[in-house]
Amino acid sequence: MIENLCLGKRKNKSTKFSENLNVLSIFVFQTMFGIPMSKKILLSSKEIHIILHRLACQLIENHNNFENTVLIGIQPRGIFLAERLVAILQNDYDISNVKLGHLDITFYRDDFRRREAPLEANKTIIDFIVEDKNVVFIDDVLFSGRSIRAALTAIQSFGRPSDIELLVLIDRRFSRHLPIQPDYTGRQVDVINEEKVIVHWVEKDTKDAVYILNN
Amino acid sequence: MSQLSVQHLLGIKHINKADIDLIFKTADHFKEVINRSIKKVPSLRDITIANLFFENSTRTKLSFELAEKRLSADVINFSASQSSVKKGETLIDTANNILSMKVDIIVMRHPNVGACDFLSKHVNAKIVNAGDGTHEHPTQALLDSYSIREKLGNVAGKNIVIVGDILHSRVALSNIYALKLQGAHVKVCGPKTLIPKYIESLGVSIEYDIKKALEWCDVANVLRVQNERMEINYFPSTREYAQLFGINKKLLDSLDKKITIMHPGPINRGVEISSDVADSDQSIILNQVENGVAIRMAVIYLLAQQIQQ
Repeated sequence: MIENLCLGKRKNKSTKFSENLNVLSIFVFQTMFGIPMSKKILLSSKEIHIILHRLACQLIENHNNFENTVLIGIQPRGIFLAERLVAILQNDYDISNVKLGHLDITFYRDDFRRREAPLEANKTIIDFIVEDKNVVFIDDVLFSGRSIRAALTAIQSFGRPSDIELLVLIDRRFSRHLPIQPDYTGRQVDVINEEKVIVHWVEKDTKDAVYILNN
Repeated sequence: MSQLSVQHLLGIKHINKADIDLIFKTADHFKEVINRSIKKVPSLRDITIANLFFENSTRTKLSFELAEKRLSADVINFSASQSSVKKGETLIDTANNILSMKVDIIVMRHPNVGACDFLSKHVNAKIVNAGDGTHEHPTQALLDSYSIREKLGNVAGKNIVIVGDILHSRVALSNIYALKLQGAHVKVCGPKTLIPKYIESLGVSIEYDIKKALEWCDVANVLRVQNERMEINYFPSTREYAQLFGINKKLLDSLDKKITIMHPGPINRGVEISSDVADSDQSIILNQVENGVAIRMAVIYLLAQQIQQ
């Protein structure tokens, strides 16, 4: 509840009161009927738009014209972010030769047989060699770091990159199990372990938004 | 669906269409893996697999072993010819002795029908049938259907003829189950003595004329004449068999369409299939072998997924 009210700080003043009233009425309604608070918005579509452009600029800052750099989207949810960044680089900054690959890490995970639901694999599409290239991993949410650890192993099947960086839209800091940190971050959030961060993309979920789910 | 409906792969008879779709979908990913420069994934590094081969095999054994190694499993091999089976040990004793060395999955080929079924009820491990007598050879049927799907886009609605020694063939029975499950039309063709009496009850039709059968089909799966399983003569001579049921270039060229030729191997060149057909562009025999590794990786991966940590 308190976090919800705090989120209001980012909105402009005219909407703040009515929005808080709205949140308050939902809260009263849900408490009356015994339903726990579930979903709150962390980033709106406009905020995501601004962040993506910033991330694209940061990539250009470090990689110039992407001559020796390849982007690798981590399946399944990192693909949307990666494709969006490539589109921004092409359309707004005139960098057209960006190489993008899709990497599936299912077979490299260290929690095979330790999860309740079986893992489902996705397609890996990397039609170039990463040998001596600068690789940028792209994923939507960085949580425990285990996916990235698996990706670090998986990418070795395609050669030995000269270096690997990590770009994430949401960095859930304080929840890492491994010493892995992002090089480019969209937004850092502090959420407790029971809460989930869900990223929606217009290509798949009708609109861009980042939510925090509270079970 | 992301899990198999069965605990062991004993035969195609025990699985359903959704299982086949899941195995094919998983095999697609593994096919991509085995075409990389580093063809290995670490998924099964804490799994141990025993390959028990009580009957001779080259292709299937190598294919299973390669599939297991590409998944990073630990592999132990056993062949009956160099083992204590010769000293009179029973199947359950052999299996339990191997299991006490902490083995998770057993891949078994055995000359007796139902050996895998029997073993699955008595030992605590996942069992994969790599061929039991004249009964079933499920991974072969899966890779055959997978190869048809790869070549023709789909299995449903296609006309498939299985040619040759249907009576002694586990490949034929598993293929019939698999193809029917996926909605293909199946015909069997061969000498009357090598076609089982009630085969039509499985929903297949019979054709004794090879030319007519080939004219009808999109794919011909040609089986080996299994001399080692024949105690009596089922046909007068190999030469006569080759003349009446052998597939050669002349016969294929006389058809008005280009059909696909498959063979589970090993080939008796010049008997059921001539060399110019086996090596032609219509034959997908070597694709079958490549797909075999991907299919076996998928089957083992999906079964291993069910093992409790």
